[in-house]
Amino acid sequence: MSNPTAPTPPAARPAGRRKFELDPRLKAYKGVWVFIEHERGAVHPVSFELLGEGRKLADQLGVELAGVVLGAAGEHTRRFCQDAFCHGADLCFLLEDPVLAQYRNQPYSRALTDLVNKHQPEILLLGATTLGRDLAGSVATTLQTGLTADCTGLAIDPENRSLAATRPTFGGSLLCTIVTLNYRPQMATVRPRVMSMPARNDTRSGRVIEEPLALLETDVVTKLLEFIADDKRAEVNLPFADIIVAGGRGMKRPDNFQLVRDLAEVLGAEVGATRPVVQSGWVSADHQVGQSGKTVRPKLYIAAGISGAVQHRVGMEGSDVIVAINQDASAPIFDFATYGIVGNAMQILPALTAAFRQHLATEKLAV
Amino acid sequence: MSLNMHIVVCIKQVPDSAQIRVHPVTNTIMRQGVPAIVNPYDLVALEEALRLKDRYGARITVLSMGPPQAEGALRKALSFGADEAILLTDRSFAGADTLATSYALASAIRKIRLDIPVDLVFAGKQTIDGDTAQVGPGIAIRLKMQLLTYVSKIETIDLDKSELTVQRRAEGGVQVLKTRLPALITVLEGINEMRFATMSDMFRAARYPIRVWDKDAAGIEDISKIGLKGSPTVVSKVFAPTPRTQKAEIIQTQSDQPGDVAATLLAKMFARFPQLRDAIGRRGE
Ligand SMILES: Cc1cc2nc3c(=O)[nH]c(=O)nc-3n(C[C@H](O)[C@H](O)[C@H](O)COP(=O)(O)OP(=O)(O)OC[C@H]3O[C@@H](n4cnc5c(N)ncnc54)[C@H](O)[C@@H]3O)c2cc1C
Ligand SMILES: Nc1ncnc2c1ncn2[C@@H]1O[C@H](COP(=O)(O)O)[C@@H](O)[C@H]1O
Repeated sequence: MSNPTAPTPPAARPAGRRKFELDPRLKAYKGVWVFIEHERGAVHPVSFELLGEGRKLADQLGVELAGVVLGAAGEHTRRFCQDAFCHGADLCFLLEDPVLAQYRNQPYSRALTDLVNKHQPEILLLGATTLGRDLAGSVATTLQTGLTADCTGLAIDPENRSLAATRPTFGGSLLCTIVTLNYRPQMATVRPRVMSMPARNDTRSGRVIEEPLALLETDVVTKLLEFIADDKRAEVNLPFADIIVAGGRGMKRPDNFQLVRDLAEVLGAEVGATRPVVQSGWVSADHQVGQSGKTVRPKLYIAAGISGAVQHRVGMEGSDVIVAINQDASAPIFDFATYGIVGNAMQILPALTAAFRQHLATEKLAV
Repeated sequence: MSLNMHIVVCIKQVPDSAQIRVHPVTNTIMRQGVPAIVNPYDLVALEEALRLKDRYGARITVLSMGPPQAEGALRKALSFGADEAILLTDRSFAGADTLATSYALASAIRKIRLDIPVDLVFAGKQTIDGDTAQVGPGIAIRLKMQLLTYVSKIETIDLDKSELTVQRRAEGGVQVLKTRLPALITVLEGINEMRFATMSDMFRAARYPIRVWDKDAAGIEDISKIGLKGSPTVVSKVFAPTPRTQKAEIIQTQSDQPGDVAATLLAKMFARFPQLRDAIGRRGE
């Protein structure tokens, strides 16, 4: 994707797009692949979201959808293949080797590039996680092909069967569509929660194609000395939260932020924040929503004292219902929120906390 | 100056995207007056390199590819304490995507290490304009260096054994990795704060003759791999996001008492989105 050397916006270059003829050697590349990321015994949900999206692309192209599972024996790799089938894959490539027990760039890149070179998919999708970005960047360079990061939309150009990948540019103020013409596979990463989760269908099954890893542990330079797992209890799972109460600079002072936490507590919600709030140290960085934070898709997003800057908006506008509280009736957040309350967050938040608490109490009585 | 270690830090000059506005009618970027800054994530990488210089002694070369004005970014880096600065600038580099960018930067680093071997290359986590996090991995692969992305801490470097131990942010935890030099490190954001430039470094930076390399000086072997021609990805369309169609329904009450406003919101919201009733207050049950 465009990484302009000059601070200029990426220029659209439609020249030759219509009359485009794929290099005959590249016509052999067929099928859509999704890299199935897993950690701690479970598939990362972003892989299922990608399978949902990949299914649509494969159907449009009339090709098969494959999952790629890398890991060590005993890591439930078979179950991950089955999970992939239930979410739309027709087949899975499985590469099982003790060297792949924990993610390391060199063996994973090697495994994935070897698979691609042997089975030649036309599209390869990965989650834009720390693992996915690390792997995608090195695999694309080894394969000398194009990679579009953090896509928000994937489609097939009906004219030439190429992947049209749309992503935000300039901090979300604009979108651009990127194609990879005479290179295969066409690679893209997508952040968690950007695509919707497909329904699981337990009756589906598929073929598993096993391949060996052409690499020994002695060939791997980087060694894992230790893995310090995040504290599960302290972990903020913003991307997958059903409800988020977020606060911005309009909360004025760190102690006022407690009002955001109080409402979150009653709702059983996670706490979100804008970048200035994180930078001031009111909350830790894993609470940040937006372009340089997390992308979220809750059922309900309550934004208190948040202006709605585009860098924040791109991370939360996929929420089903957005409630905005802001003193300034002309704040941009009111242009896209579902409900708006023009008022002082220091007064509105406690009122909401009380109202929800009362609502929950009466619900309890009713059952 | 100590020559224990030679570190190259890749920095990019970017427009300060906080100040970019889109023209409401033409949907084009309004760049007039938008200041150019050093990509903020690259300053985190530079500071990490400077700390290694403090700890072990090192020579730091900053490298940037960009238009002649990008010299400003390199001077900034010099003022913080970098030793040398090289700017890759050539018309034929223009329009590069990440694959072509990493090719050019890797060629230049090969050239740099002909003079003094390079032990470590640093890159930022990502740029704020390209935003891809791909150039770092690309350089590592091309130079066959060990790749360590999202590094949060450099624990130890043993120059005699050419060994390096780092902490790396991974999904669900932190990996402690031991690897061999030379290595390329991309640095996680927020792990340090850039130091202040000293007066003497500022003076030195202002006078320093930045080395400017065109494609020949940078040792580009295959010109079909740089710039627009060397870029597999093509931007086919740039457009403004479709705004969410409706504006917010503003909740108002006669009294405008917070309690009434809150009650009205709940009533309206639960009537229109009954599914929210089931979603709230469920955690921990
Ligand atoms: C490269 C880059 C990446 C970025 N990434 C992100 C990101 O990931 N996430 C992010 O959030 N930002 C990000 N930003 C920053 C973004 O541009 C905005 O600066 C930020 O979102 C604004 O945060 P805010 O709404 O809290 O503050 P402000 O814009 O200052 O808004 C505060 C709002 O609170 C209102 N207010 C004040 N007092 C009260 C009160 N008593 N009651 C109710 N309302 C009140 C004000 O009217 C105002 O609308 C990024 C910027 C850049 C350049
Ligand atoms: N033109 C460039 N010149 C120097 N370094 C660059 C350039 N482009 C990218 N980089 C480096 O690569 C990192 C990742 O960039 P990106 O892949 O664009 O997100 C940046 O943080 C820089 O360290």
